[in-house]
Amino acid sequence: MTHNSRYSKYHPKWYRTRTPIFWWIHKWVHVRFILREMTSVFVAFYALVLLFQIRALTQGPEAYTAFLAWLKTPVSIVLHVVAFVAVVFHTITWLNLMPRAMVLHFGQKRVPKAVIAASGYIAWAVVSIVIAWIMVTT
Amino acid sequence: MPTNITLEILRYRPEEEAEPIYQRYEVPFRKDWVILDALNYIKDNLDGTLSYRWSCRMGVCGSCGMMVNGTPVLTCATFMEKFLPGPIRVEPLANFPVVRDLVIEMSDFMQKLKHVKPWIIREEEQPLSQGEYLQTPAQREEYEQFSMCINCMLCYAACPVYGLEPSFIGPAAIALAQRYNLDNRDQGAKQRLELLSQDDGIWQCTLVGECSVVCPKHVDPAGAIQRYKVAGATDWWKSLLMPWGNR
Repeated sequence: MTHNSRYSKYHPKWYRTRTPIFWWIHKWVHVRFILREMTSVFVAFYALVLLFQIRALTQGPEAYTAFLAWLKTPVSIVLHVVAFVAVVFHTITWLNLMPRAMVLHFGQKRVPKAVIAASGYIAWAVVSIVIAWIMVTT
Repeated sequence: MPTNITLEILRYRPEEEAEPIYQRYEVPFRKDWVILDALNYIKDNLDGTLSYRWSCRMGVCGSCGMMVNGTPVLTCATFMEKFLPGPIRVEPLANFPVVRDLVIEMSDFMQKLKHVKPWIIREEEQPLSQGEYLQTPAQREEYEQFSMCINCMLCYAACPVYGLEPSFIGPAAIALAQRYNLDNRDQGAKQRLELLSQDDGIWQCTLVGECSVVCPKHVDPAGAIQRYKVAGATDWWKSLLMPWGNR
């Protein structure tokens, strides 16, 4: 073999590629994955709104009225609509994962995946209805 | 029905070129041909210098994994008909160093496999006189899915986390660890959890989920990793709430 700086007998020159930063834009499944990960931002957004609401509550009626007025602004409404869609998407992906991450046994038998998934959705619906009922009646 | 179809194959000959190039080959199109048949046709009739791995031709050995039009597949189980009218782009498995043409370097994967201790670990070996370790069909079923892995590495090629963080233990190795954890004859779950709770283990996974989509044996490595995360988190809570308990 002739001498070659890039290739010697015992150390073949491997070709390596780097994963580019925008690796995810070529395939829809990867874009969906990034979107799902981004929903965490909106989960955090809801948590922040709640914290600001509690702060306004502690600062007295005036501050609370101002906070409620902000909630009614177009910016806030748009943000809430986007956040709601994102959080629903987040919840659905999470509940769909449940039967794969959780394996339960009932006696000797394994609980079917459909039952685990269904119980997640039912629990979600029940909790949502109870909260909605409390908010409407009080 | 076309009579010919074009394959664009990544060629990398380190003694000739610093960067890979794509070479086009026209092969006869036959309905019953898989990509591997076309590669063998090229090797036998058009260009004997083309390098690639293959062995069993029946989806068992796991040697012929390649990227076909950007997706990792077993070339012995992927019909050309699916890609009509072509051209079909064939590349080596993504995320691995390329040695030559379609041949990748797999020692990293081999080390990772060994790292997760994929064998039956006993706290105390039972003497031979006591006979074999018994297992009921129901106990076998608990891990059967994870034992179907043929080490074809398609899941590593599909995993962007492995692409970005090559230190990640990766889908197949973690699924294999789960295969032994769920085996009633094994007692090594604690040792493996310790290994896989490290930085390069289960928590690296962000659940892209593509490993399970490309798996030709329906092992569902993504599911295995998520189950492992649940077990890891449960173990952590237990040790926090009951530090006196025997973990």
